[in-house]
Amino acid sequence: MTPGPIASGTFGRRPVIPIVPRGGSMYQAEKKIQPRSVKGWFASWRWLLVALTQALFYGLPWLPWNSRQAVLFDLGARRFYIFDLVLYPQDFIYLTGLLVVSAYSLFLFTAVAGRLWCGFACPQTVYTEIFLWVERRFEGDRTARLRLEASPWTLDKLWRKCGKQAAWIAIGLWTGFTFVGYFTPIHTLAAETLRLSFGPWEWFWIVFYGFATYGAAGYMREQVCKYMCPYARFQSAMFDRDTMIVSYDARRGEPRGARPRSVGHAELAAIGKGECIDCTLCVQVCPTGIDIRAGLQYECIGCAACVDACDGVMDKLTYPRGLIRFVTENGLEQGWSRSAMIRRVLRPRILVYGAVLVAIVAGLGTSLALRRPYRVDVIRDRGAMAREVEGGRIENVYRLQLMNASEQRQQFHVTVGGIPGAAIASTPDIDVDPTDSLWLPVRVQVPPEEAQALGPGAHPLRFQIVRASTSGHEDPLSEKSTFVVPR
Amino acid sequence: MSDFLSAGWSVYIAIVTIVSLAACLALLVITARGKSGSTGESTGHVWDGDLRELNNPMPRWWMILFIITIVFGAGYLLLYPGLGSARGLLGWTSAGALAQDQRKSDAALSVVYAKYAATPFPELAKDRGAMAIGERLFINNCAACHGSDARGSKGFPNLTDNDWLHGGTQEAIVESITHGRVGMMPSMAAAVGTPADVSDVAEYVLSLSNSPHDAAASARGATKFVVCAACHGPDGKGNQAIGSANLTDDIWLHGRGKAAIMAMIDNGKTNVMPAQEHRLTSEQIHVVGAFVWSLSHQDGSGVADAATH
Repeated sequence: MTPGPIASGTFGRRPVIPIVPRGGSMYQAEKKIQPRSVKGWFASWRWLLVALTQALFYGLPWLPWNSRQAVLFDLGARRFYIFDLVLYPQDFIYLTGLLVVSAYSLFLFTAVAGRLWCGFACPQTVYTEIFLWVERRFEGDRTARLRLEASPWTLDKLWRKCGKQAAWIAIGLWTGFTFVGYFTPIHTLAAETLRLSFGPWEWFWIVFYGFATYGAAGYMREQVCKYMCPYARFQSAMFDRDTMIVSYDARRGEPRGARPRSVGHAELAAIGKGECIDCTLCVQVCPTGIDIRAGLQYECIGCAACVDACDGVMDKLTYPRGLIRFVTENGLEQGWSRSAMIRRVLRPRILVYGAVLVAIVAGLGTSLALRRPYRVDVIRDRGAMAREVEGGRIENVYRLQLMNASEQRQQFHVTVGGIPGAAIASTPDIDVDPTDSLWLPVRVQVPPEEAQALGPGAHPLRFQIVRASTSGHEDPLSEKSTFVVPR
Repeated sequence: MSDFLSAGWSVYIAIVTIVSLAACLALLVITARGKSGSTGESTGHVWDGDLRELNNPMPRWWMILFIITIVFGAGYLLLYPGLGSARGLLGWTSAGALAQDQRKSDAALSVVYAKYAATPFPELAKDRGAMAIGERLFINNCAACHGSDARGSKGFPNLTDNDWLHGGTQEAIVESITHGRVGMMPSMAAAVGTPADVSDVAEYVLSLSNSPHDAAASARGATKFVVCAACHGPDGKGNQAIGSANLTDDIWLHGRGKAAIMAMIDNGKTNVMPAQEHRLTSEQIHVVGAFVWSLSHQDGSGVADAATH
């Protein structure tokens, strides 16, 4: 094998920046990773997702709806407004459903194409991307930043560092403010900002959430993924041999090394070189500081920055793209075409995940669409089991909780059934204010003859509640309880 | 620390706590000095053919967090009770914290109650805010016996029917709540006479409220009623001064019908309303008393229509 000429021109061998310093204590200061900025197909997608998720997060609390905030979680009043929905704590099953949908989506995406969530939509990635952008505006790209780190303190360095810190803190506080704006009406919060008259818990959460954003996106960055995030670990465990993952095609790339620019793609075999020119750009752009050429590592968040960087280099060299690409393990080993790999996407595992996901989403959607705009709870009075009243009638007391889950005043009519002669002795027509919850005692009486026929003990009783509504939707509801006849 | 019979346990717990903290710190110091961790070193564990477990060092910030928790723990143990029975420098106790919270809430509430304390019941009953507080007090303190609609049950008086065993004036209601009441009906079987006499008296009592009864037996019973009249009065209308029941209305606290009446004559009954003066302040009693008063002084049917929010 003829050794190729080394270190001539632009593609001379550069030292690989050590990822983590070697040796010593079991605890090590992590070397700050200074990822180089990258442009390309995947980077554009990431920025699009940054824009979408953040427009949603920062913008949603400002959206008005039904003369209130469209999304507001009023913890004090225990009402959760999401557009037209008014949810009660009793509706928490929907949150469970949402979490199950999120989990299955994660399973599905991960099994298909690895850590897509981590690389493109996870808040940790998104905020790191934003904070890195700020850092670049003040301190320049990777090389400039490394030079700045090494340089002594000058006025120029001071203003760049201070400017970056000020911008980071501002973004952090704005994030904290927006977060609290989901729980306190954001217009009230904005008015409080002008006078700095937040309540103690508002102060705490704005500062705490702001600090968490600043710390996680400004300093902890990849450390969060490597040491704190449980999803990072279990997602890697969900890969199989047909999962699309960011991989280096060693067969194409090796032996790596510099070569004269004059060597064309067709002559590579002749000089005993692979396509990898060992420019280390894939390492320099990596936000977790790994070398993807060493194979799949748990640190890899699947952000595809290395894919973009390598494709850029391949373009300049007029080599075919995809030395580093999304590819399945099977595909890489057996040299499958893209369409052959895509055919393997529809494997049993994916179909099962997909089917479960579709079923849960359909179930959740149906349940929300059919949800009654009110809830009723019937609880037997704890004080009095049963009593005998005028004329020997037997009376039981119940506490009826009526929850109006709409923003209109609702009228209800309560009747009882299941026991002959049973009737409501208190007012059967009840008004409930918008989003209000009413708790009121209701008396049910049974005439003496019927009570005698029933005999002593507990007998099933049914409360029927109908809604007086102009639209004709009575949404009848039946609640079970018992009627006690004393000995 | 009355939970432990011997003070030795307190010392034991303190020693275990301190030794544990020191051991955590020692472990951290020893491992921080150790030379065992170098990046990329394999532990020799391999799974699935090619999945290697590396022995990478932990990040230093993790160690710093660990130290912070140890410092926090030491500081906490110094300031708060935690080391056995040591009280801690701040002298904090859960009972003290509760008392402080109560003082704070009492101070806030006293302003509210002060408004109501001088207002007589009929006027207070019109105050929606006072009645909402009164109902809450009632639900928390009275409903267990009188029912959440205040209509009571057997043995527990209905408070909405304007029939008062011990009087329905403001003073009487406040007295009933503050000091409680004892309603005592002695066993009258011997005084009345034979079981047949008891049966006759029961028929007479039924006749007082125009309930279905045997006229002949009732006429016989009327003569035996003298012994009852001592408390219930010659006309059977009862006496609020001693808490004896009115027998001429259709309200039967201890059960409707002849059998229940005979049981009362035969066995008597002592019925107790416990004093609330140690559970409620006089201002609270005033407000809940006004609420109770309002139940039998309104059109409609009591709490059932004064909906709870």
